[in-house]
Amino acid sequence: MHAVEDLDVEIADGEFFSMLGPSGSGKTTVLRMLAGFERPTRGSILLGDHDATGLPPHRRDVNTVFQDYAIFPHMDVLTNVEYGLRVKRVDRRQRRRRAEEALAAVRLEGYGRRRPTQHSGGQRQRVALARALVNRPKVLLLDEPLGALDLKLRREMQLELKQIQRDVGITFVFVTHDQEEALSMSDRVAVFREGRVEQVATPVELYERPASSFVAGFVGTSNRIGGRAAQQLLGTAGEYAVRPERLRIVPAGASVAPGELTMPGKVREVVYLGPAAHAIVELNGGSTLTVSRPNTGGASEPPLEASDRLVAVALHRDSLIELSGGTEKTEEKP
Amino acid sequence: MLWLGVAYLAALGALFVTSLWAQNDFTGEIERVWTFDNFRQLWDFPVYRTIAFRTIGIAALVTAIDALLAFPIALYMAKVASPRVRRLMVIAVLMPLWASYLVKAYAWRGMFSEGGLIDWLGSPFGLHSPGYGLAATTITLAYLWLPYMILPIFAGLERVPDSLFEASGDLGAGSFTTIRRVVLPMAFPAVVAGSIFTFSLSLGDYIAVTIVGGAGQLIGTVVYANVGSANNLPFAAAFATVPVVVMLIYLAAVRRTGALENL
Repeated sequence: MHAVEDLDVEIADGEFFSMLGPSGSGKTTVLRMLAGFERPTRGSILLGDHDATGLPPHRRDVNTVFQDYAIFPHMDVLTNVEYGLRVKRVDRRQRRRRAEEALAAVRLEGYGRRRPTQHSGGQRQRVALARALVNRPKVLLLDEPLGALDLKLRREMQLELKQIQRDVGITFVFVTHDQEEALSMSDRVAVFREGRVEQVATPVELYERPASSFVAGFVGTSNRIGGRAAQQLLGTAGEYAVRPERLRIVPAGASVAPGELTMPGKVREVVYLGPAAHAIVELNGGSTLTVSRPNTGGASEPPLEASDRLVAVALHRDSLIELSGGTEKTEEKP
Repeated sequence: MLWLGVAYLAALGALFVTSLWAQNDFTGEIERVWTFDNFRQLWDFPVYRTIAFRTIGIAALVTAIDALLAFPIALYMAKVASPRVRRLMVIAVLMPLWASYLVKAYAWRGMFSEGGLIDWLGSPFGLHSPGYGLAATTITLAYLWLPYMILPIFAGLERVPDSLFEASGDLGAGSFTTIRRVVLPMAFPAVVAGSIFTFSLSLGDYIAVTIVGGAGQLIGTVVYANVGSANNLPFAAAFATVPVVVMLIYLAAVRRTGALENL
């Protein structure tokens, strides 16, 4: 049993590439192999045209931003940032200039003489970023760098990271278990599951055309319609997923546009989320669907509330995502 | 805890008070009059000065030897060894502490003796045992206190996250540079903490030097002789104050490195 099996991914120069997956899915192992902390048992890692498989970390043109930032506590910020240049014997003046530049790039001008312990999580994260970027690596590896930050700061840093990546033009390989983070920042995302890559695609493709039921469930919320329920509701066999925002609640028996299906049911629960509300609808067949309704503030729409009144869920056939991977159950082999 | 402190401070106070008393040269009885004669005597007789500096020198040498030996061992235990090997090494380091101090000192006496183990091992290379004396004392003390240096450094290094070492390598440093620029500075407080043990234990020792020290005298042996055969308790107390004062100075210096927060 290996942590990662048969991985074949090509990452383009200058790309923001994310590896997304639940914990233990092997994404961090892949990152550590790219950094040189782990050796693959077989296969090779190419950096540009060079084989980097056997190179130790200090001889790879790759730098890492660690999950815990790994800022050297016995050095001030500037010395931390200069570290990579110092061990490569870059002369003092140039070292200082590049370190200041790197600090400016992460908006930490004037913080050089402070001790890292005086900094907040967000600032330490920037120091770690500057310390890696100052070496101008071919690839920057980021191991869940935003995981320790609170939500608001995390959103800000997501935008900023993307901005910095565009400015410096370095390939970023970003590990995260947060699907929203992966979707909002990346050019392409690889979804990991149990040491295998389920799908490599752009965020749009990943969301609109998930390749497997795992991806459909892990990336965004989705309703799954399969097996008997598919026969019953859609009139066809197969496995389908449909996003909650593609569903509408209409009065029972209402006429719908051509190409739309209706499924009768009752609203069992309403979850208010601010920008939208989720209604859990129990269909007559017994299965449930989550329907999302945007909070547009329109008075014309009837209020959403749980009741025994019969309603219908309308959905357009084009919104159905056919899943090739089959259900979770059928994938579990003895 | 409080009582422990009170008892300790009271004993120290009694020691200091005793050192300010005099002894009747004729009857050998203690006269409770206040005088600095004992301290003056310490300073005026070159032999006592020599013994004091010799003791401090040996304690410093023992500390340096232990730090040099302990660092690589502790580093290996904390960051390289597998959990199983690490457990075995911790036991191996602790095991000598379970054996009697006297037994270990006598074991070294046997090894240093003429025709002993050291002579036997060294003879093919033309080396001889240093014999009983200060060199033997230093080696024996360094052996005795080595665990007290290894354990704090091991504990200190174990607390350093692996990611710091990985970060150093990732940024382009080879292992040697990583040790010099990251591991050593991070281990320094722990080394200082260990040195407090090795230094103070060496300053106060009188058994090892009695067993392997030959004619060599250290503060401990002089104090012991004055408490026992010479029966000059006030003078013994005065000389015993010297290591206490040295330790206080050392601790004050160490405090500045921040190592005391690491204990």
